[in-house]
Amino acid sequence: MDAFIHQVLSGLATGGIYASLALALVMIYQVTHLVNFAQGEMAMFSTYAAWSLINAGMGYWPAFLLTVLFAFALGVVIERVVIRPVEDAPVLAIVVIFIALLVILNSATGWIYSYTIKTFPSPFPKEPLFGNTYVSSHELGAIGVTLVVLVLLYVFFRFTPLGLAMRAVAQNPESSRLVGIRVGWMLALGWGLAAAVGAVAGMMIAPIVYLDPNMMGGILLYAFAAALLGGIESPFGAVLGGFVVGVLENVLGAYVIGNDLKLSVALGLIIGVLLVRPSGFFGRVHVTRV
Amino acid sequence: MALLEVKGLHASYGPTRVLHGMNFAIDEGSITAVLGANGAGKTTTLRALCGMVKTEGEVRFGGARIDGRLTEDIVRLGIAHVPDGRGTFVNLTTEENLRLGAYTHKDPAAVESDLERVFGYFPRLKERLRQQAGTLSGGEQQMLAVSRAMMLRPRLLLLDEPSFGLAPLLVRELFEIMRTVNQRERVSILLVEQNAAMALDLADHAYLIETGRVVLSGPADEIKRDDAVRRSYLGY
Repeated sequence: MDAFIHQVLSGLATGGIYASLALALVMIYQVTHLVNFAQGEMAMFSTYAAWSLINAGMGYWPAFLLTVLFAFALGVVIERVVIRPVEDAPVLAIVVIFIALLVILNSATGWIYSYTIKTFPSPFPKEPLFGNTYVSSHELGAIGVTLVVLVLLYVFFRFTPLGLAMRAVAQNPESSRLVGIRVGWMLALGWGLAAAVGAVAGMMIAPIVYLDPNMMGGILLYAFAAALLGGIESPFGAVLGGFVVGVLENVLGAYVIGNDLKLSVALGLIIGVLLVRPSGFFGRVHVTRV
Repeated sequence: MALLEVKGLHASYGPTRVLHGMNFAIDEGSITAVLGANGAGKTTTLRALCGMVKTEGEVRFGGARIDGRLTEDIVRLGIAHVPDGRGTFVNLTTEENLRLGAYTHKDPAAVESDLERVFGYFPRLKERLRQQAGTLSGGEQQMLAVSRAMMLRPRLLLLDEPSFGLAPLLVRELFEIMRTVNQRERVSILLVEQNAAMALDLADHAYLIETGRVVLSGPADEIKRDDAVRRSYLGY
């Protein structure tokens, strides 16, 4: 029983990270109707930036904050420079650009930092918190950080004029222009926020999976499964999906299919959702007249 | 001086030209109606003024050129557009829709007083504040669209077929409110309508357009007496 509780709790910890990344995917999806395949590599790249800062002697939390800002700027620049010019291009062209971004960021990181696996520090103490034996303090801390990020995002989107404007743009860009919203900048802001959220996820997962240019490959797959499970258009669904996927992955990995086949949980979920309920739990079904 | 002046306005969707050199003007404080059959270019005219389609020609607002500028910049000059199909943010609440209308105003006290002002014209919206806008009735959505535009505190209000899909009684009510808004707040109105009879009753001045050109213009009561207009658009 203890082992089971442990699996569930650490599943919640990684699940929170999947939730963050899934949320980043959903944020981009809502404005572009495309899945940003480079989301994971953007997070990985930012995590390396954090590693550089910490290695240069900066404290963890200042480095954390600076990395979030860096990721935000990276997201804005990618939107303005790379995505903007192809806004009206066919879907496949944009997908190819996302994949190109993924490969470029991955190789650039390997080239700058080498492909050797590095450890990444956790800001939380080594000993388990409150003397519990179920969950490490990093896992608890990661859950906490994830929850703080989610609450901040919720407050931003729900209660600030800028958040309202971003929701408006996601829903109806033309009407947004007609009330004077600068739609282009809102899209860039959305990319920035998604990248910042991804960077937090990267820094929280790095102490668990270690730092390496390919660290986000599997995680992006879980996040993708989470977003699909919740409904790719539903931020709330993506978050819930993230926690569900995290727990499922851990429990199935420990008791059913073994750790080596864990990643197939994500693939199984993706295929299952697409077969049974393509709109996910909270997504809307789109009906088109032909 | 005219508030809005349009000279030789062309507009096209891709290779298809829809407007072929339109000329017209709107006086400050007036209500102007643009009449025409389906496909004459009424909606495109409004879209062209707001930079929502590719245009050539000259558009001046308050003396300054606005053609070729971004829609959001034109809106910020004080041109509010109630688009074809109302442009409601269907998944947001009534209140959020209204607050978006005031997006360019940063003074919270002014926004609150604008909300009250709008509720004065459309008290029904106040009862629907927390309701998702997509669940409002057609009439309520039209009121919301007009209110959202008024939250901008515009100098010029562009209305695209406000009567579309509304019961005749509701149309009359809406037009009465538009007249009051025009008189009380000195908002100039450009109204595009298929319901020519009601539009001519409301307007001071009218233009008749056919296949992207102005074919007739004059004071509304003169246009109303024009034989051709009466036969083709008023039906008696």
